[in-house]
Amino acid sequence: MPNTDDGVFLKFDEVKKSYDQKNLVVKGFNIAVEQGEFITLLGPSGSGKTTVLMMLAGFESVTSGTISIRGQSINKTAPYKRNIGMVFQNYALFPHMTVAENLGYPLSVRGVAKAEQRKRIAEYLDLVELGAFGNRYPGQLSGGQRQRVALARAMIFEPTLILMDEPLGALDKKLREQMQYEITRLHEQLGFTVIYVTHDQAEALSMSNRIAVFNDGVVQQCAPPAELYERPANAFVAEFIGENNFIEGTVDRIEGGRAVTTIPGQGTVTAEAAEGLSAGAPCVVSIRPEKLFIHPTSHAHDNEITAKFVARIYVGDFIRYYFRLENGSEIVVKVLNDLSAPEFGEGEDGRLQWLASDCIAFPHPGEMPDVAG
Amino acid sequence: MAETALAAQATASGLGPEDARNAAREVRAQRVRAFLFVLPLLAFIFFAFVAPIASMLFRSAYNPTAAELVPTTLEAIESWDGEGRPDEAVLTQFAIDLKRLANDRTSGQLAEEINRFLPGTSSVVKSTARALRRAEDETLATGGAALLLDANEAWGEPGIWRALTQAGQVYSASYYLTALDLEMSREGTIQQRDTQIYLKLYGKTLWMALIITLLTLILGYPLAFHMAHSSTSRANFLMVFVLLPFWTSLLVRTTSWIALLQTNGVVNSTLMALGLTRDPLEMLYTQFSTIIAMTHILLPFMVLPLYSVMRGIDPSYMRAAMSMGSRPIPAFLRIYLPMSLPGLSAGALLVFIISVGYYITPALVGGTDGQMISNIIAFHMQQSNNWELAAALGSLLLFLIIALYWLYDRFVGAGNIKLG
Repeated sequence: MPNTDDGVFLKFDEVKKSYDQKNLVVKGFNIAVEQGEFITLLGPSGSGKTTVLMMLAGFESVTSGTISIRGQSINKTAPYKRNIGMVFQNYALFPHMTVAENLGYPLSVRGVAKAEQRKRIAEYLDLVELGAFGNRYPGQLSGGQRQRVALARAMIFEPTLILMDEPLGALDKKLREQMQYEITRLHEQLGFTVIYVTHDQAEALSMSNRIAVFNDGVVQQCAPPAELYERPANAFVAEFIGENNFIEGTVDRIEGGRAVTTIPGQGTVTAEAAEGLSAGAPCVVSIRPEKLFIHPTSHAHDNEITAKFVARIYVGDFIRYYFRLENGSEIVVKVLNDLSAPEFGEGEDGRLQWLASDCIAFPHPGEMPDVAG
Repeated sequence: MAETALAAQATASGLGPEDARNAAREVRAQRVRAFLFVLPLLAFIFFAFVAPIASMLFRSAYNPTAAELVPTTLEAIESWDGEGRPDEAVLTQFAIDLKRLANDRTSGQLAEEINRFLPGTSSVVKSTARALRRAEDETLATGGAALLLDANEAWGEPGIWRALTQAGQVYSASYYLTALDLEMSREGTIQQRDTQIYLKLYGKTLWMALIITLLTLILGYPLAFHMAHSSTSRANFLMVFVLLPFWTSLLVRTTSWIALLQTNGVVNSTLMALGLTRDPLEMLYTQFSTIIAMTHILLPFMVLPLYSVMRGIDPSYMRAAMSMGSRPIPAFLRIYLPMSLPGLSAGALLVFIISVGYYITPALVGGTDGQMISNIIAFHMQQSNNWELAAALGSLLLFLIIALYWLYDRFVGAGNIKLG
């Protein structure tokens, strides 16, 4: 994370928010964003990410801390003076105005001359490939088209910062992927800074420069997508981003950044040690389903456990195998759908193998994280 | 013809003629079922709404009373040119008719009918009828005209005969003319009446309805806005206060206004105790009290549609407008107000139309100053027994409201009304 103040465009410094004077919804949020970055705030609903966005837009007051743009605090700046573009989940296109009038609204507010307005509207409609739709009303457009108009409207007054609050939440999967591409393209073409809020991790991973994972009002990790996926900072992030298996154990010793852990009834497993891990403490070892291999396999491995086969689910391009450990926790293995995909009988034992560098040992979070998608 | 077209269409879409018939039967059965569902309501509306209104419209121009009482006289008088005294034969015939009426005890009805067109003649007709009751039929047949003139010299003037001809018209627009403060002159042209009552009253009614609509709007809009933007529990709590007037009897509410506004009422005694005024203010039985009480009563009709429409306006619209650089008040005027317009027009139209025809409150607290058009209609129905004029006034009120609705549809669009 760049911490020097020069080059920093937007900065949150220990920002806190409480609605009821008792509980903090956002518990000290820090981030420094550079000009042109695409930052995603990712987290389950109620984690405080939308509150952060609303404080940035000026629709919610800041309880304590400072939000600054180019070194100037904007805590007390009225929303209409912040020059921040915003895209809403429900698009918020004005239903009584045509698409062109919607786009012209921020310009007419700024007193741009009519001729210049028309030129800019045409330009931005072309940019979102809706050149012929200027005279339609929002009610006459499809969901994807409305989202493009909302996008164009947020960009047309050339704000340096654009906020997007789950903008693709109302679209179906195919359209969502198309719009992800569209937003990425416009971001690269025009170079504005984006703060993007979503609870969809696939969206976050595919679009962002950096992702801040929120949980319970606290940022769990803020890192580029690959690092988040490969090197999650804690069990929450490991569980929240992508799919993960968790195996409970106890740390024997830590040597050279690797933890040797004892899994009850299985022997030892070597894993990358996460921060805060100490010898003798309970831990969870996380492994991605696609990093596990079922014996016999040609892949190299450092670790091996034995688990009972439960079910095999055919997904198409790959096959999901469900195994169960003796303590009841479930292990999912993803195998490419080719000739090597093995067959199992009910209750048979399978030997699961993987590399030490593919798994991480985290301090035990108290309760077992759910193995969910 | 339609069958073939249907069949051709059916084959094109892969439907056999049998399938098409089945589908059509299905649709027919659905329509019949839907019709049966609303049939009781349709019947009710016909008997309780359509038929009375039709009868009112008919009655406003149809008045057969005089024509049924003295048909032969009216026939005889047709040849009269309207100047001077009518022929002896007419007078004689009328004397014979009047005697018959006097014995049937229906001369009073005729007196009333004639009196409407020439005020002050009721007594003339009645006294003449009394004088003629005892006359012999033979004397009447030969000297009826003389007897009539003996009984009252007014029968020698053309005025009363003109009134009789006018009253004798079975279909006439004269009640509409009266309702518009006009009358037919002797030359057959339309002229203003000496006393202007109804037009002024229509004007006052519309003016008061407009004031009441504006007051409910001023009071209701901010309240609905606040309710729409507060939490559900708070909104429900406030809603109870909005609906409270609905749950109490109209009479109780109006009476409580009397208690508040009367000369020694709560408001006056408070004002006097505070030393703001030395003498009590005359507030009850004025236009002021009518407007105050009706605003109170009609407020829910404004708040409810406004609230339900505003509740549906997502806060993100205002946020979007502000994020684009618009200040709150211009953003409200350009974005929020047009979006709340459906509720606003529904509420305003409801309040306006209801208050134009309001009766009970002006009758109770209005005095003479706060009377509205419906009070004069009631007066003609109950006291002066001039149902025809009441019907004409009522019909004009109906046309007025239809015209206003048409104007509204022209300029705002009826599709913009939204009650919820």
